Amino acid sequence: MSNLISIVEQEYADRKSALPEFKAGDTVNVHVKIKEGNKERIQQYQGVVIQRKNSGNGESFTVRKVSNGVGVERIFPAVSPFIDKVELIRKGVVRRARIFYLRDKKGKSARIKESKKTEK
Amino acid sequence: MSGIIGKKIGMTSVYDANGKYVPCTVIEAGPCVVTQIKTVETDGYTAVQLAFDDKKEKNTNKPLLGHFKKAGVTPKRKVAEFKEFTTEFQLGQSLSIADVLVEGDFVDVVGTSKGRGFQGVVKRHGFGGVGGQTHGQHNRQRHAGSVGACSFPARVFPGTRMAGRMGNNRVKVQNLTILKLIPEQNLVVISGSVPGAKNSYVLIEK
Repeated sequence: MSNLISIVEQEYADRKSALPEFKAGDTVNVHVKIKEGNKERIQQYQGVVIQRKNSGNGESFTVRKVSNGVGVERIFPAVSPFIDKVELIRKGVVRRARIFYLRDKKGKSARIKESKKTEK
Repeated sequence: MSGIIGKKIGMTSVYDANGKYVPCTVIEAGPCVVTQIKTVETDGYTAVQLAFDDKKEKNTNKPLLGHFKKAGVTPKRKVAEFKEFTTEFQLGQSLSIADVLVEGDFVDVVGTSKGRGFQGVVKRHGFGGVGGQTHGQHNRQRHAGSVGACSFPARVFPGTRMAGRMGNNRVKVQNLTILKLIPEQNLVVISGSVPGAKNSYVLIEK
C-alpha cells in the first residue's frame, strides 16, 4: 500500500535527487524563486550549510551567512517548489552533522577547512 | 450529492501551488460500477448505487450475487448510494475519479472512525478531570464528578455524558480540498485528515 503513497511523493523524490550532494560545512549557493505580484525573479543566497534536518519530502537545510556583520540564517525546505537550484561552491571538512558552534565564532576562527577529496 | 467510493491508503504531505507544505491523505478511489439506478417511480426517490473493490464470488452471498449479476458486474465489497448525480447512467457503467472529481474542488469525506473501545469521560467527552492529586483526592483524577442534583429531579437526565464505547462511528469531514488527482493509479490527494483506519472505505462526496 505504501507504494501508492510513494507515487504521490515521487515528484519530490525526483526533485531531491536533482540536488547536489551536500552536507553541513559545505558552502552552497541557493537560487530562490521570489514572486512579486505576477512577476517571478530569482534571488541568490550563498552561505554555509549548518544542518540538514528531517527526511523524505519534509527535509530542510539551514544556510548561514554573515551579511554586513550580522549573522543571517535561512531555512530552506529541500524540495520546495521555490528552490530553483542549489549550487555546491565548496566542500568543507567538519566533524559533526550540525555545526551550530559556528554561531559563536567570528573572523579567522569561523573558517572551515576545505575538503581535498575530489568527487568522482 | 455526487461522489465516489474509495479506500484510505495513508497520509503524507505535499507542497501546494503557493509553496505551502500541506498535510494530506491519499485515497485510492474507483473505478466504481453502477449497480442500481433508483427512480421516483420504483423506489420513491432518485439515487445511483455504486460498488467498489472486487471480491471473490465464493465470498458473496446469493442475494448479493444476484444483485451484482443483474448489473452485469463482478461482486464488490463496498456498495453505497449517491443522490443527485447530474449525468445519466447505465447499469454496469464504470466510473473513475476523472468523471466525478476536479482538482481544487471542495469535497466532504465520510468514513468510519477508528474504534477506541470503552473510554472514560476525559478522552471521550473532553472533561477536565479533577486537575490535581492533593486536597483529598486519591483515586478519582479522571472521574466525571456529579451527574445531577439530589431529591429533585431524583434521576439522571438522559444523554448525560458518561464513559462508554468510543469511535467506530460514521463521521463526515466537510470542505476538504482536492490537491491532486492521479487518474492512472486512481489516486486522490485530499488536504487534511480523513476518518478511519488505513485500508478502510471512505465516501468522497461532492
